[in-house]
Amino acid sequence: MASVCFYFQAHQPFRLRHYTVFDKDKNYFDDHKNAQICRKVAHKCYLPANRLMLENIRKHNGQFKIAYSITGTLIEQLKEYAPEVLSTFHALAQTGCVEFLAETYYHSLSALYSRDEFYQQIEKHCNAMEELFGQRPRVFRNTELIYSDAVARMVESMGRFDGIITEGADHILGYRNANFVYRPNGCEHLKLLLKNYQLSDDIAFRFSNRAWAEWPLNAEKFAHWVNNVNGSGYTVNLFMDYETFGEHQWADTGIFDFMSHLPECILRHPDNNFKTPSEVIDSYPVADTIEVPNLISWADTERDLSAWLGNPMQSNALYQIHRLEDRIKNTGDEELLELWRKLLTSDHFYYMCTKYFADGDVHKYFNPYDSPYDSYINFMNVLDNLSGRAAKADFAQEIAEMASMPSAAKSQVQTV
Amino acid sequence: MLKTEDQQNGNKMNVLMLGWEFPPFISGGLGTACYGLTKAMDQLGVNITFLLPRVIDDSCTSHVRLISPQAKNTYEWQENSKYASEKLKNVKFRTIDSPLQPYDTPEVHQQRLEQIIERKRLMRQGIGQKSVSSPKDSQTNESAKGGDNYGRNLHEEVHRYAEMAADVAASEHFDIVHAHDWMTFPAGIAVAATTHKPLVVHVHSTEFDRSGEHVNQIVYDIERKGMHAADKVIAVSNLTRNIVIDRYGVTPEKVEVVHNGVQRDERWQLVETGIEADEKIVLFLGRITMQKGPEYFLQAAKKVLEAVDNVKFVMAGSGDLMHRSVQLAAELGIGHKVLFTGFLRGDDIKKIYQMADLYVMPSVSEPFGIVPLEALGNDVPIIISKQSGVSEVLMHALKVDFWDVNEIANKIVAVLKYPPLQITLRNYGNFEVRKLRWGNAAIKCINVYKSMLQPA
Repeated sequence: MASVCFYFQAHQPFRLRHYTVFDKDKNYFDDHKNAQICRKVAHKCYLPANRLMLENIRKHNGQFKIAYSITGTLIEQLKEYAPEVLSTFHALAQTGCVEFLAETYYHSLSALYSRDEFYQQIEKHCNAMEELFGQRPRVFRNTELIYSDAVARMVESMGRFDGIITEGADHILGYRNANFVYRPNGCEHLKLLLKNYQLSDDIAFRFSNRAWAEWPLNAEKFAHWVNNVNGSGYTVNLFMDYETFGEHQWADTGIFDFMSHLPECILRHPDNNFKTPSEVIDSYPVADTIEVPNLISWADTERDLSAWLGNPMQSNALYQIHRLEDRIKNTGDEELLELWRKLLTSDHFYYMCTKYFADGDVHKYFNPYDSPYDSYINFMNVLDNLSGRAAKADFAQEIAEMASMPSAAKSQVQTV
Repeated sequence: MLKTEDQQNGNKMNVLMLGWEFPPFISGGLGTACYGLTKAMDQLGVNITFLLPRVIDDSCTSHVRLISPQAKNTYEWQENSKYASEKLKNVKFRTIDSPLQPYDTPEVHQQRLEQIIERKRLMRQGIGQKSVSSPKDSQTNESAKGGDNYGRNLHEEVHRYAEMAADVAASEHFDIVHAHDWMTFPAGIAVAATTHKPLVVHVHSTEFDRSGEHVNQIVYDIERKGMHAADKVIAVSNLTRNIVIDRYGVTPEKVEVVHNGVQRDERWQLVETGIEADEKIVLFLGRITMQKGPEYFLQAAKKVLEAVDNVKFVMAGSGDLMHRSVQLAAELGIGHKVLFTGFLRGDDIKKIYQMADLYVMPSVSEPFGIVPLEALGNDVPIIISKQSGVSEVLMHALKVDFWDVNEIANKIVAVLKYPPLQITLRNYGNFEVRKLRWGNAAIKCINVYKSMLQPA
């Protein structure tokens, strides 16, 4: 028995505008560029891909199933710039064949820096999913599939999830393979689904690569590879960016045709089916416990955090923005909090990545900057402004509090 | 494996190089580049005969042995030379007795030309008018004509050099003629014509880089003639290649890009300066001429000082815009924050690098630009103009449009304000600059030679 479990990641960040040290306003984001990119991706990817998925579901009478993780930052931009995409996602949700996963609303790295912020963003995202699609997510995926035992335990202790997803990296698997359901080390309830990176990347990265020995890839061939998993696993977890369809792989590569033929090719084998992550978790027992003491991700060949934390600029920017958390939250100013959170999106730190040569091509996807240095400068200028704003608001808050205190307490404060 | 092959192929090749200056007799980037390239080719086993105008300078004769049978001299390298450790096995130097000014690099020539023009202009204007006129003023067109006399003089000298070069070349054996910059182009044409050997002209800078839009027509004509007569043109950057194609009408197929390398030597070791600056230092190092964009540096400095206070701007170098720059700093009200050191050499350059937090090169037009590489080699992060050839080969540098004063200032402030930026630029930049080797440039040149010797 082999279940094919598709999960697609859909995300766009709020890109910053060019912000110099001489700028003083709080228009941090490049609305024009964000609108332009959002609409472009909607027309090249989200709309045609959603249409295709809907057709597949209808054609196979509910036997074709998929899952999405859609970030809060994308949902906000879709509402603003391409609301028709949201209606098609809504239509997908109505089919009963589509599961929506939970993640940090702002596609952030908060798991690494602040448990509070991590929980709050997950909460916010779950609420958004429920409101938009009428589902309470049961499976969590962290930004860029960043994961460790500690992250899993943090997620389990929220008490609301049954599963978590990460990369099926060779070094965490050892002799095992990604096609079983596992238990995170130190967890009692949560189940772990691992990405089959070989088969996922055959679609996401290699599909149009003419230098690849398997090019051109068609649905029959791919289904044959899936069939080979029979006997050595229960599930083939195909996790990839949704932008694979039409953006990373353009329509003229045949990616849409591939995807429209894939379900019938997979289902031709009587032992195969499609399942959503929750269904996989419910259907199969835990095969083993997986230990992941160090952080991993699905990025690049290293499967580590070096794309976001690989140089001093990145670690500094991340440290500085998280250092602001208490100050921002103490102001009670919702607008400041939202600005701050939009800056937490991992893409801002990804743009600062300097390891160009091996993995650089992927990093160029909608990177608004000429160089990682420009991106750091821009981010820090914005952060500097935000930090100044927070300090001012903080001060105003203090004054206001003091004004509302009884006069005796006020004089006490002053003497302190 | 590759190296052996190149050596074998290189062994078969004999090149006559026509140069203008060569270490230790250098006054600009041209000599540095010729030295780097020649040395690397030497190591790849290419036989080079390097033809130079005669140079006799008392302070330098200890470094070389001059053998002068009649008018034709041969240099040999001495053990005590600064460059002795890098002996050139396959290189022979020949000099030509020529009335030419040995240090007349195009830059110096042009600089002098501009000084003459400026003096004439000021005389014409009279003392009462102190207005600083931009080069676009109509007056300079007029005075440019005055400069022509000077150029015509040099023109004749350049052609005399050409005749003599052809004469010397007759007694040499070589397969290729390789001429560096316009002053040697007529010589290159003459030698190629008399010996029927293929000609490569190597463009280290063009008249447009040196003079903006106010080109000296005679120099331009010499450059153009050389590029058109050549079988191949080597440009030091894509920027220069585009100028060669667009401004000189050379067919694109003929023009190859060979980026310069950088020479590692003892200058890159740290020296103890004992200076502890509580102020940040932003450095401009180079000739203070129109080409180098000193006014943009000062305009940016003015903006920077609106945001940051504990910073000084050092302008190291001299040039025809030096006085105007001092004046401009005063006019901008930042005279107390800008230091002019004059022309620096040797240990003083080391010290200034040691002190500097940032090097800025806002060049209006820079065919390549070796100084930024030296700055990186000395652990100083750099901001360079996008209008420079060197920006094509560096990733770990901040890049700006020379005219975008606001952005230059923004980036200067960022480097001063965010230490991780300085650290990352410095560390990665230093690493990157070590990879820019003359060996790669030499291999590319050899490939150009091969393409000419074995026509498809």
